[in-house]
Amino acid sequence: MNLAPILPELILTIGSIVLMMVAAFLGRKGSALCSWASIALLLVASITLAGEPSDAGMLFGGQLVADAFGALGKLIIYLCAAVAIVMAHNWFERDFEHGAEYPVLILMAAVGMSVMVSATSLVTLYVGVELNSLAAYVLASYRRTDERSAEAGLKYFVLGALASGIMLYGISLLYGFTGTIQFEGIAAAFAREGTQSIGLLFGLVFLLAGLAFKISAVPFHMWTPDVYEGAPTPVTALFASAPKVAAVLLGVRVCLDSLAPAIDAWRQIMIFAALASIFLGAIAAYGQTNIKRLLAYSSINNVGFALIGLVAGGPAGASAVLFYMAVYVVMTLGAFLCVQRMRDERGEPVEAIDTLSGLAQTRPALAAALATFMLSLAGLPPLFGFWPKLLVFQAAVAEGFFPLAVFGILGTVIGAYYYLRIVKVMYFDAPAQPYGKGQGMLEGALIAIAAILVSPLGYLLIGPLGDVTNRAAGSLF
Amino acid sequence: MSGVPILSILVMLPLVAGIVALFQSANGARWNALITTLVSLGIGVWLWTAFDPDGAQWQFVEHYKIGSGVAWAMGIDGIALVLIELTLFLMPICIGASWRAIDKRVPEYMASFLIMQALMIGVFTAQDLLLFYIFFEGGLIPMYLIIGIWGGAEKIKASYKFFLYTLAGSVLMLIAMLVMILKAGTTSIPALMAYDFDPSLQWWLWLAFFASFAVKMPMWPVHTWLPDAHVQAPTAGSVILAGVLLKMGGYGFIRFSLPMFPEASNQFIPFVYALSGIAVVVTSLIALAQTDMKKLIAYSSVAHMAFVTFGLFTFNRQGIEGAMLVMLSHGLVSGALFLCVGVIYDRLHTREIARYGGLSDNMPKYALLFMVFTMASVGLPGTSGFVGEFLSLVGTYAVSSWAGIVATTGIILGACYMLYLYWRICYGRLVHADAAAMPDLNLREVWLLGPIAAGVFWMGIYPESFLRPIRADVGRLLERVERAAPPGDAHFTAGKPAATPAHAEAH
Repeated sequence: MNLAPILPELILTIGSIVLMMVAAFLGRKGSALCSWASIALLLVASITLAGEPSDAGMLFGGQLVADAFGALGKLIIYLCAAVAIVMAHNWFERDFEHGAEYPVLILMAAVGMSVMVSATSLVTLYVGVELNSLAAYVLASYRRTDERSAEAGLKYFVLGALASGIMLYGISLLYGFTGTIQFEGIAAAFAREGTQSIGLLFGLVFLLAGLAFKISAVPFHMWTPDVYEGAPTPVTALFASAPKVAAVLLGVRVCLDSLAPAIDAWRQIMIFAALASIFLGAIAAYGQTNIKRLLAYSSINNVGFALIGLVAGGPAGASAVLFYMAVYVVMTLGAFLCVQRMRDERGEPVEAIDTLSGLAQTRPALAAALATFMLSLAGLPPLFGFWPKLLVFQAAVAEGFFPLAVFGILGTVIGAYYYLRIVKVMYFDAPAQPYGKGQGMLEGALIAIAAILVSPLGYLLIGPLGDVTNRAAGSLF
Repeated sequence: MSGVPILSILVMLPLVAGIVALFQSANGARWNALITTLVSLGIGVWLWTAFDPDGAQWQFVEHYKIGSGVAWAMGIDGIALVLIELTLFLMPICIGASWRAIDKRVPEYMASFLIMQALMIGVFTAQDLLLFYIFFEGGLIPMYLIIGIWGGAEKIKASYKFFLYTLAGSVLMLIAMLVMILKAGTTSIPALMAYDFDPSLQWWLWLAFFASFAVKMPMWPVHTWLPDAHVQAPTAGSVILAGVLLKMGGYGFIRFSLPMFPEASNQFIPFVYALSGIAVVVTSLIALAQTDMKKLIAYSSVAHMAFVTFGLFTFNRQGIEGAMLVMLSHGLVSGALFLCVGVIYDRLHTREIARYGGLSDNMPKYALLFMVFTMASVGLPGTSGFVGEFLSLVGTYAVSSWAGIVATTGIILGACYMLYLYWRICYGRLVHADAAAMPDLNLREVWLLGPIAAGVFWMGIYPESFLRPIRADVGRLLERVERAAPPGDAHFTAGKPAATPAHAEAH
């Protein structure tokens, strides 16, 4: 059996099992070792992805595929996971009883997400989703002494289990009516029977509902603000980035591969989900006073734009989605890295937007970075966040979805208001109590890198990144 | 000459200087900004002399591929050239006007202005559709900060209103641009200017572009952001807003709407004339009733920009050249008027007209310069305002007599509100002791207003300097839109031959 195509997953799986033992025997002393070892493993796994994908076709009897699409997704996921571990390394000494297990859980989640982006059968799909989710439930409640964190974990678990159940029900319907769990077979069944078959249609809807929960698209978004608010900031940063990428990419593969013949059926669902996410994300963020809740709505809003690319479909649409997610994670991680720096004199994290007041005068560099991320998330030129939005709209226009593009872009104007509000608080208002000093250089460097990537300098990446996403999207078809 | 990417330098220089300014002391940033803007002005002067009015349409062309079909493509024609000159001319004056008036967060202020300059130049030089959009929208962020940080009492509301209004107008243009790219298969502006879109599609594209440019211009009834933004912005912010940002709307019409959608432009002439006519009369009347100096001048801007839209949609040479001259003239005059307001605002910290009066007694130099700009705004022959408005009205009259008549009432109303303003501020008796105690212009202020006054007279007495670079380009534009030009309602009819003397002799 050729194991080379799943080398990254093997590295992470074996590494996480070994590190779990290390964590078990060394206890708190092992936390630094585990974090750095995990980061190293993630980087090594990323490097193994760098070469040309083997394109060995279906693996393990059609359970998985290691193509350029999956490789790009895994690369983004591993880097996000590594950043989430870096972000947490300052939390361990003070906050965490089980600091050593944290990176191990993230590694496991990363394996689950890798499986998600390379799944080509319903069972691997489900295993990947669950492997990621189980790790995520634990991570959400990691500060178990904190009520909000425990609540976040419980809420995430209950609603996540419900969504998994719905998804599993959809999977069983699809299996029952097509007799296969493989994407190819399902596509063939849809091509044969169309969406006239009630069973197939229900299966499709339930499967997509489960996926919509994972990407927190409206109307399955309710858990997002509460979980984002309650979970520790590094965990929230992870939730907002890697699992989103994995679920969106999984959705792209499911919709454009296994459900391709039923495109008219799922398009309606996705059009609704896209527009509803854009508008709800934009409008509900108005009244937020907590920066993490605001970023939660921002992530709902942004997923809506990515879905516009999915609605467009075809290589251009898939490429736009990939481009969108690649830039989105940089902006989101950058924003959360800034949020992590919001701490009072005693080093306790604060999350109220009011405390950002006048940040431009007390901490100009941090304010400039956060303003860059906010305006970029809003998709305002000349920041780089504009370009992925442009690409998804371009894909939609090319497919003739003019009303969708027009409403989507009007959504950016509504959304711009609350992103601007953060800039207003930081730049126009009188300075509030300054934040405590003394945070890691590494996070500072990451903020700087992220800010430079989404600054207008990012436009230099259009060519190379566009090539990569085009090739990855091409491997789907 | 062709080897030096002069336009890129013109964009990059203030950008780099702006970033440097962030790390400087207050005084360092001031000098940095002044020197950078003066050097840019020097480059601009060189650009003007090096530009060949009879040469190729696009000069100083640069083209570097970025990828995904978008390119760093730059190049200017005469129309862009004169607007660039206007921008470069106003920038050092803005920096000078903020020298003492801005005393908090100076490095950030100077950086905002320098970055603003880079983006404005970028708008006029971009030859790639998406690059244009990025520059066009990018200007919102620095202006938002300028209004929001250094603005007046209600700055927050004004900054939001400015930002969201203009953003809402512009996003539809982006969709239209994507459609154009899809249809024409290119992002190059010169190529698109020669591409014939299907007339039924033009209709939609025209509307989408109109939404953006009409807000920017601003045209009635989407002008309401302008008075707020002007009133709350710091003096230099108002100067840039009135002097350059509003011109982007006119530039957009002349660069995109007319040459790319000539048929649709023709269809919408009545619509544009109706809005412009209402703007001229209504906003002039509103201006007449203002008690706040800045607001009055802001409304006068809306009225003056209506002359631009009148002129542009005439499809004839007088109208379009007149519109260009109105834009240039208004850039100078309204900028200067805002500076005049700034001068007395710095002394008394109020914009209430009633708090002043009789300033010609204690501030004769000020009263003289203010008079010059008032007259230029009214359109007195010999000043820049006259030439542009006259040409624009001649062009309008050729197309529609009624539009010409309505537009001309705007000139009369303009004289009313401007002279009324001048009378209330400079004439009469010095009733307020604090106003009477104000010193006359100092050397710095003379140096700010003097060059603009010189420009106003230059443009008024010898407009050829400004018409020469744009003549060939207006000609090309006319060729392009000729097929859709409106017939005009003023027809010459041969008169009856006069009674012949021979007839009389018969008796």
